[in-house]
Amino acid sequence: MAILKVNNLNKNFGKVKAVQEVSFEATEGKVLSLLGPSGCGKTTTLRCIAGFENPDQGEIYLDNKKITNIPPEQRGIGMVFQNYALWPHMTVYGNLAFGLQIRKVPKPEISKRIKRVLSMVQLEGFEDRFPRQMSGGQQQRIAMARALVFEPGIMLLDEPLSNLDAQLREEMRFEFIELQKKLGITAIYVTHDQAEALVISHKILILNQGKAIQLGTPQEIYSNPKNKFVAGFIAVTSFMDGKVGSLAEEQKKVIVKTDDGLTIQGNNNNLSVGQRVSVAIRINTVYFIQDEDEIEKKSVNIFKGKIIQSSYLGNIVDYKISVGNWIIRTNTEVKYNFKVGDEVKFYLPPEKIIVTLEK
Amino acid sequence: MQKSVFRKTIEIIMFIMFIFFLFAPLLSLGIWSVALRWYWPHTFPIEIGFDYWFQALGITKSLTLGAVNVVPAFWLSLGIAIVVVIITMTIAIPAGYALAKLRIPTFLKGLILILFLMPRAFPQQPVFLNLMLMFNKIGLTGTVLGVILVHLVVGLVYAVWITASTFRSIPPELEEAARSVGASRLKAFFKITLPLSAPGLIASAVFVFLTSMDEFTGTFFIGLPFVTTLPMTLYSASGSNIQFASVIAILLLIPSILFMILIQKFLKAEHIGGMGG
Repeated sequence: MAILKVNNLNKNFGKVKAVQEVSFEATEGKVLSLLGPSGCGKTTTLRCIAGFENPDQGEIYLDNKKITNIPPEQRGIGMVFQNYALWPHMTVYGNLAFGLQIRKVPKPEISKRIKRVLSMVQLEGFEDRFPRQMSGGQQQRIAMARALVFEPGIMLLDEPLSNLDAQLREEMRFEFIELQKKLGITAIYVTHDQAEALVISHKILILNQGKAIQLGTPQEIYSNPKNKFVAGFIAVTSFMDGKVGSLAEEQKKVIVKTDDGLTIQGNNNNLSVGQRVSVAIRINTVYFIQDEDEIEKKSVNIFKGKIIQSSYLGNIVDYKISVGNWIIRTNTEVKYNFKVGDEVKFYLPPEKIIVTLEK
Repeated sequence: MQKSVFRKTIEIIMFIMFIFFLFAPLLSLGIWSVALRWYWPHTFPIEIGFDYWFQALGITKSLTLGAVNVVPAFWLSLGIAIVVVIITMTIAIPAGYALAKLRIPTFLKGLILILFLMPRAFPQQPVFLNLMLMFNKIGLTGTVLGVILVHLVVGLVYAVWITASTFRSIPPELEEAARSVGASRLKAFFKITLPLSAPGLIASAVFVFLTSMDEFTGTFFIGLPFVTTLPMTLYSASGSNIQFASVIAILLLIPSILFMILIQKFLKAEHIGGMGG
């Protein structure tokens, strides 16, 4: 198993700066996700690690060995592609044996290893099938098996589940977690799906426009987003922009004056008065108040708004509420039954409200 | 019911017309090639025999105007075509691969394609006339080598074009996947890209072969009078002896038809091979 270090990586395609000064370290035996919207540079970063792109600047180290300029076949890195990239003219056996044959592994050993890896991905007895004779999920597993069969120290995955349907995708996430845990392999996982990243990663690196924005555990990224972009990308979030008005007496709390004059209290411990900030409101942190008595108990963060959209989703209802200049989205239980145009009062518990940098 | 009868009728008519357009010219050639005596107002030849075939194939000697033994010409054409295919594909496969897969600056790519296309972008006669004047200086006119070079000019255009688009149709990840498991660039090409593009490459080779077998204009300027390929004999026969020309035309058709069957087989293999993944 291996440690991967990326140091000040830069890659341009013509005038497009695909990757700018990206540095990170992947811990041995853990999953690091590169998460970001399309065009953020995550795939280019991955392809630089794999050796399919030559970085314009920066170094890549695998187990303290510099691999920046050595050809991909000498890096010993397993890779799983988005469209599986199984070789259509070879059977499963042929696909899996290819890397081993190049390494001159003796034939009986090849069969043994293929058997083992197929049982790992739960496709025993599939040796003689051609890729076209398998479902998308099965092809995906074979692609994973192919990247694992030659026992690389590190595995790269480029949106491996994005071609599967939603249900299968969720199942495969857990299978991947199991497999990774069992093998203890270091994995770099590229995805644009934040839910997927939260579930499978030990650490997440958020990228945007070619730059690394934040590196942290899923919990850190979710509850302590570095800026508005991260907060909005990691979960469905509504924002109110403004300035830090004052620091609250309570620890870790700040009071924000929004641009349209509302006052709202939220969490953050390293901001100073006057800084431009965004107040991030997750969809599950809005509490409707119908009982007037409750209002008196809560002294802050009570807002009046108007329902402007309501979508029934079965177990929950998705509302959009307009407050001042802002639109806040929330998911609540079905019991409220508000209609479009209704005036509502709601409470935003300060300990659940995240105040983050606007940029 | 009525509709289906109507449809069937249309289908049958279409089928008959299809057969007619496809086979009528062939049939006409076939009849002409065995017609010993045939003149107006007779619908069919008065006398039928294989005399012209025997003469063309050199089995019997004849004094008929325009009749020559075409067997040497056939072998010459075949030989030239095979050499042209081999040379063309040796150039076209790397060139097509480079155009399709390597990162060549766009202007350079355009330049290369234009270079290959140029000879076909102008009317053929002036191009070949010019070529003849050049070849004259270096003594290549009237030589088999000169004819091969001319056929290469013609064949390369199609071959590079087809091989490039064949290679382009193979997803780059397939080669990348091979390299990630440890294959060198060369090995990835020979084990992954080449087998997957075989149908396209074979189609391209067949096309070059048929083009060479058929090539007239270039051979006319460069090869004559010393290099007489099959189309040359057809040309000289068609002016004087239509039976004889028919025999040669049929001989020219044989490789085309054989290859047609071959191509179809490979295209089917491609289909079964699940190229689409």
